[in-house]
Amino acid sequence: MNPKKRAFLEVRVNKLRRDIVLMLSESSSGHPGGSLSAIDVIAYLFFEVMKFDSANPYWEERDRFILSKGHAAPALYAVLAAVNFFPKKLLKTLRKLGSPLQGHPDSRKLPGLDSSTGSLGQGLSIAGGIALAGKMDKKDYSVFVLAGDGEIQEGQIWEAAMAIPHFELDNVCLFVDNNELQIDGLVSDVMSVYPIAEKFASFNWNTMEINGHKFDEIEKAVEFFVSNRGSKKPTVIISHTIKGKCVSFMENKCEWHGAAPTKDEAIKAIEELGCVESLENWLEEK
Amino acid sequence: MSKLEMQATRDFYGKTLAELGRENKNIVVLDADLSGSTKTSVFAKEFPDRFFNLGIAEANMMGFAAGLALSGKVVFASSFAMFAVLRPFEQIRNSIAAQNLNVKIAATHAGISVGEDGLSHQTVEDIAILRAIPNMHIYVPADSVSAGRIVREAVAVKGPVYIRLSRPKSPVIYDDSYHFEDGKANIIKEANKADVALIAIGMMVPEAIEASKLLEAQGLSTLVADFASVKPIDHDALIRIAKSSRLVVTVEEHSIIGGLGGAVSEVLSEEYPTRVFRIGMMDAFGESGTPAGLFKHFGLTAEDIYRKVLKAVK
Ligand SMILES: Cc1ncc(C[n+]2csc(CCOP(=O)(O)OP(=O)(O)O)c2C)c(N)n1
Ligand SMILES: [Mg+2]
Repeated sequence: MNPKKRAFLEVRVNKLRRDIVLMLSESSSGHPGGSLSAIDVIAYLFFEVMKFDSANPYWEERDRFILSKGHAAPALYAVLAAVNFFPKKLLKTLRKLGSPLQGHPDSRKLPGLDSSTGSLGQGLSIAGGIALAGKMDKKDYSVFVLAGDGEIQEGQIWEAAMAIPHFELDNVCLFVDNNELQIDGLVSDVMSVYPIAEKFASFNWNTMEINGHKFDEIEKAVEFFVSNRGSKKPTVIISHTIKGKCVSFMENKCEWHGAAPTKDEAIKAIEELGCVESLENWLEEK
Repeated sequence: MSKLEMQATRDFYGKTLAELGRENKNIVVLDADLSGSTKTSVFAKEFPDRFFNLGIAEANMMGFAAGLALSGKVVFASSFAMFAVLRPFEQIRNSIAAQNLNVKIAATHAGISVGEDGLSHQTVEDIAILRAIPNMHIYVPADSVSAGRIVREAVAVKGPVYIRLSRPKSPVIYDDSYHFEDGKANIIKEANKADVALIAIGMMVPEAIEASKLLEAQGLSTLVADFASVKPIDHDALIRIAKSSRLVVTVEEHSIIGGLGGAVSEVLSEEYPTRVFRIGMMDAFGESGTPAGLFKHFGLTAEDIYRKVLKAVK
């Protein structure tokens, strides 16, 4: 990847991390850990890969994105605002009564959401249906899905993992956000899902493992998926990440799965992110 | 209501579960990656050998619960109500209830008082669907005291039991003299001849008590009853209440379809035809907001109950 592009992305995504922290502190509830682990992949897809038109959110040819781990909604909302699906000032209404920014994505309330999610394990099947419709209608859109590593304990994930290659849906690209934690502890302690790549490979998926915080590697993963279109096999990217990434006191801590930072904690976090100058006007900033 | 102590029913579930664990070596507890929130972690800490985390796999958890119960264990299986009931509903029906197994589904975070997580986590249909399953007992504690008693009673009863618990703290309305019995209602406030009978469950019981005070202040006599045992439901109490009241009102943090309102309507329409005025979720999904904000938004506060009843009783 061109170093300039990488540096540009890093600055941009750093601001999204700031948005996530401030939005959660504003709402006093929500999920920072899994939002911060997934933000690099989600942002890269919307900034660099997916075709969409935020002025025409239901454009039929658009690429789709399903946030199967719906609790990472703040990450998706920050990205959708950054690509102009809705005004950024809405971010401060997260989880408040009447807000289109529901605690978990609600496709009836917010443009840019290709499906409602929130109950874990359902997004990959929904993506399968969208991908199947794409094949039926001879459309060449791709369907990107992001699932948690704890989430893939759900049996439905493996029903979808079986059905998607069965229907030769090579237009599906699943990212597993492999941050190694769920709520009650390490995924390997609670209910091991390992080895992930081998499981999917035996279900007939193309597989690749990357560091999900490195844009060079995310780019390679997307190239791998694109090169596999036509292989009649879907692609899964095991994206190794850190829960709470870039906020030192949140990193690798289960406690930050579903706890919002206080004002003071949020200030500490954005100091670490190096965006403290923008605390007052973060919602006005382009 | 400010003078009453505030406690969460789920905290008393965890506490009572640990007590039961000490008394009964046969009790096994299962969870699906929410043990901190459901409070099964309290049991897990004391009895790590009798606690199993199945991960985020609720249907599998119910299957394991069935297998353990088939082998003589008394099983408690917990998650949020959405994921403990709606997700593995068919497993509950076929693997557990159809064999009348000793599985106690103790689910927390029921109803809209889940709050900010929004509709994907707010089940207002759980009572309706479980009520249709033969063998199933359904208990909805109104406060922390009754939660503790009900968890105990669930072990005494043979067969599948659903215990519906809440996320937030709510007023403690009962003291040590509280008694719970399967299939029995608890009359909180008697009235010989009532203008209004408020029949409530769960977090709506304290709201109904407050609403009754507002109604009494308007000169209306009221009866308040806690129907914590939604199934089996107390037919005798219902008929007695219907006979002595001008208007029967049900109040629940659940859909008006198929829940407490449904159960009361079914009994009365057949056994003592009476008008039943149902207050609850009006065939709507919840949404994100604070629990208090949502109660207001969906018309479930004491003030709302008072206003709706005043209109209906005219
Ligand atoms: C079906 C279902 N069961 C339980 C939950 C509650 N829940 C929300 S997030 C979560 C843990 C998710 O872990 P993981 O998929 O690893 O997500 P991440 O680490 O990326 O946050 C659980 C159990 C849910 N949302 N849906
Ligand atoms: Mg995880």
